Amino acid sequence: MELICPAGTPAAFHEAVDAGADAVYCGFRDETNARNFPGLNFSREELREAIAYAKRKGTQTFVALNTFMRAGAEEIWYKGAADAVALGADALILADFGLMAHVAEKYPQQRLHVSVQASASNPDAINFLVDAFNAQRVVLPRTLTIADIARIGKNIRCEMEVFVFGGLCVMAEGRCSLSSYATGKSPNMNGVCSPASHVRYRKDGGELVSELGEFTINRFPAGEAAGYPTLCKGRFDIADSNGYAFEDPVSLDVMGELEALKAAGVKALKIEGRQRGKAYVAEVVSTMKAALNSAPDRRAPLLARLRTMSEGQKTTSGAYEKRWR
Amino acid sequence: MLIPPILSAPLHMIPIPLIERICRLMFGRIAKAHPGLFERLDEHREKRFAFLPTDLPLAFVVVPGREEISVLRKPVDIEADAVTEAPLFLLLALMEGRCDADALFFSRDLSVTGDMEAMLAMRNALDASNIDLQKDLAKLAGPLAPVARRVIGEIRDRALKDQMRTAGEATAWN
Repeated sequence: MELICPAGTPAAFHEAVDAGADAVYCGFRDETNARNFPGLNFSREELREAIAYAKRKGTQTFVALNTFMRAGAEEIWYKGAADAVALGADALILADFGLMAHVAEKYPQQRLHVSVQASASNPDAINFLVDAFNAQRVVLPRTLTIADIARIGKNIRCEMEVFVFGGLCVMAEGRCSLSSYATGKSPNMNGVCSPASHVRYRKDGGELVSELGEFTINRFPAGEAAGYPTLCKGRFDIADSNGYAFEDPVSLDVMGELEALKAAGVKALKIEGRQRGKAYVAEVVSTMKAALNSAPDRRAPLLARLRTMSEGQKTTSGAYEKRWR
Repeated sequence: MLIPPILSAPLHMIPIPLIERICRLMFGRIAKAHPGLFERLDEHREKRFAFLPTDLPLAFVVVPGREEISVLRKPVDIEADAVTEAPLFLLLALMEGRCDADALFFSRDLSVTGDMEAMLAMRNALDASNIDLQKDLAKLAGPLAPVARRVIGEIRDRALKDQMRTAGEATAWN
């Protein structure tokens, strides 16, 4: 199975390639990709150099243009696609059907992957994108069990890529409105979930309080590991109880299920984390590569050290094993 | 790894203008070695970024667009757009991109307050820059540069190993 690794900067890109990534995914420094954070991503020139570096090392580069086009501003996304194709991207990761249609028509030779943001999570939806736009791979959402993935794999006509490590989005990606509700901005349209412009942290006694817009997301007592300020991982007052309604601050790790994923027909394993630093990318990619090349019983000790770098310093297999709640 | 009080104590006595002068020299050297260092900051270049080492009696305020750095003695009410607090070695490791800021935030080793957009841009600008303090600063020692390089390298390696060790083992949730 291929290892697909994240890069938010050229420095992280080099680390991913050097650590053994089969492919690195990245995006332009604008609203065309779902990690449009301040100071992150690639200029055209940076992407040109990164792709050249990857090609020399036998690594592929996937360019994410995975936000939904703004009506009247489609040219930004069309230009992104044209530039990524011209720069030699091995695949474009797309979410917007209009952009998929544009790419399929203008660049029929270009490999097209369906982003998780497209919310294609059943055979009918996936096969429609294969037939209509010649999609060659689909990135599945993190809401499916391994049995679901196996069932889908038997009934689709393209490759499957699944997230195996990193940030855990528990929502129907591409359709989640929680960030929009709190801030007016979303990963779907603006490329930002819980945008930094609306995030505030403050200390209240020994507690760390995280706020998003007008909402208090969490209060972490002294010594408790912290998480991202997203509504889906917020601590809520519900009736007489106080706790996590959707999901705890926790990261995904399903590397313990590699054999099952392989048997399910998964072609590629994706690491989340374009917003993370190059130290994270280097450590996670090299560890994952070592785990992939190890016997199943040797993987757990290798992967254990990554938990300290994870949200909430905890990991879960999430919906893949659906053992919770 | 924390700076032992016996080493940080003299900083209470050393005049601030002298410390500031040394810091400006180092800042200038790093800026010269990495001319595109703050390009990723965009509209945040003129903002005031405060860095508070929790194990030093000093605070540092940087305005990247003006290549300005000022040093203040704690306790002080910092006037800054964004404030980062962590032990000195972690702040230096972040500057070099040798530690992941999110991981340090999750473990509560690092705290950030103020303008998160500006701070995120700064984090990403530093992470993209390939700063190497051992290489960039050793030249300031003139003929003693090889010695300085070795000493900086040894201290850095020790601090990073210490950080890896104290990070400890976290648990699987299910």
